[in-house]
Amino acid sequence: MPKPRRLKIPGIFTGMKITLLELLRTMFPKRGIKTLIPSPTRGAVTVQYPHESEAPTPRARGVIALKSENCTVCMLCSRSCPDWCIYIEGHKTKAPPRRPGGKERTVSALDRFDIDYALCMYCGICVEVCPFDALFWSPEYEYSEPRLADLLHDEARLNEWMETVPDFEPYEAGSEAKVRKVPR
Amino acid sequence: MTGTVLALELSYWQESLLRVLGVLLAVLLPAGALVYTFLFKMMSFMQSRLGPMEAGPYGSIQLLAEVGKFLQKEDLVPAQADRRLFLLAPYIVVASTFLIYVVMPFGPDAHFTSLDTGIFLAMALSSVSVIGILVAGWASANKYSLIGGLRAAGQLIAYELPLVLAVVGVVIQAGTLNLQGIVAAQHQGEIFGWGGIGNPFILTQLVGFLVFLAATQAELAQPPFDMPVAESEIITGYMTEYSGMRFLLFFIGEFATAGAFAAIGATLFLGGWAVPFVDLDDNMMNIAGPLVLFAKVMLVSFLIFWVRFTFPRFREDQLQAFAWKFLIPISLVNILATMALKVAF
Repeated sequence: MPKPRRLKIPGIFTGMKITLLELLRTMFPKRGIKTLIPSPTRGAVTVQYPHESEAPTPRARGVIALKSENCTVCMLCSRSCPDWCIYIEGHKTKAPPRRPGGKERTVSALDRFDIDYALCMYCGICVEVCPFDALFWSPEYEYSEPRLADLLHDEARLNEWMETVPDFEPYEAGSEAKVRKVPR
Repeated sequence: MTGTVLALELSYWQESLLRVLGVLLAVLLPAGALVYTFLFKMMSFMQSRLGPMEAGPYGSIQLLAEVGKFLQKEDLVPAQADRRLFLLAPYIVVASTFLIYVVMPFGPDAHFTSLDTGIFLAMALSSVSVIGILVAGWASANKYSLIGGLRAAGQLIAYELPLVLAVVGVVIQAGTLNLQGIVAAQHQGEIFGWGGIGNPFILTQLVGFLVFLAATQAELAQPPFDMPVAESEIITGYMTEYSGMRFLLFFIGEFATAGAFAAIGATLFLGGWAVPFVDLDDNMMNIAGPLVLFAKVMLVSFLIFWVRFTFPRFREDQLQAFAWKFLIPISLVNILATMALKVAF
């Protein structure tokens, strides 16, 4: 049986229908009798940023957070950074022995860990390369500064952002790899 | 307008001052309303956005902020530019827009002048803006401006014809060039002997109305006919070198012309300031007429801007072919049919 021929609407009118429907959908998003009340603030997808803020996705690359306790001053992140925007200084120091009567341990202490976010291009190589779980992505994004130089954020600030790092999401079913844990 | 307004005797200079203020009001208020309602809000809603929301409630005084911004900017003139022509060009464009309103009727007595050649004058004045645009393109000493100016000239001349031809159909049916006469002809017209709502010419001249809308769109250099200001190819065409106040004048010119053409369309096809069941000589219409006309202008400009925000840009050759091979033949056929029917009935 041949298909019944449908009346073909020229594309020029279809296009105009699409824009009109989108207009109506944005202006009158409510259902039922309330349809007649125009409420574009609900219909539009716009988030009016300073008044309301958007919830970033958990894996969003907002800012790099630092867990200072895990840092061994190995400099891998600093050396792998394409922009050279990570500044690390440290010194050797003695730590008490693990067991009583043991030898004193030599450890590296972190003196300075700054990231210049004016230079950072958010490539995430430092996070990837860190073997000691000291660097993490945080979805936090509100850290703009009026002065460019103030975007050099220091260790204390990077440690604060550690609290905003979300837990890693569980892998898909059947995965044998263990889910990484964010050190708290 | 006679020497009396609301039973006040006015001397010539007072009357002239009132007229200047009236034209400013009649041009700038609709232009502002068009920009806010359509360019800021309707376009945003069609794209699921909100548009300006910060300046005033729902961004309603955003336009004042924009004007303030443009007024602060430096008035740049390129070193190689033909300085006097460069400075003059925006005024030519804006003047042609303002002059269209001279013949526009807003009520039985509310008009600036009631010329017997009204619509002819309006069409003639609207094409003066081509000169301003060409001058702007040439005087900028910039290849993008020159190409934009030439494209604009080619396009405006091509679309001037269907515009005038579409109007001719209405003129034949009304039997007069006077815009007041055309309003009266529609108000007193009859549909098959029934004079209830008069006979707005959109019913008999639907083809003319559609051709008029398409040609208007092109005259305004709005998408999909915005080849003269195609920003991906020639920046903003003839406006490239303009900044500050003079750019603002071009901007006002664009939207005030949209308002003016919408007003002409509303007058020619939708019955102008007149309302069915209300007597043409009713003094009340001097106050209500402008509002009625404004409502009809918003309706026509809704169509214009709806098309503007829907379609992508025509290519230059498609644009010319559309005018010469489609709109002009169709409007000629429309004129012939109108003539034949006018003689038959």
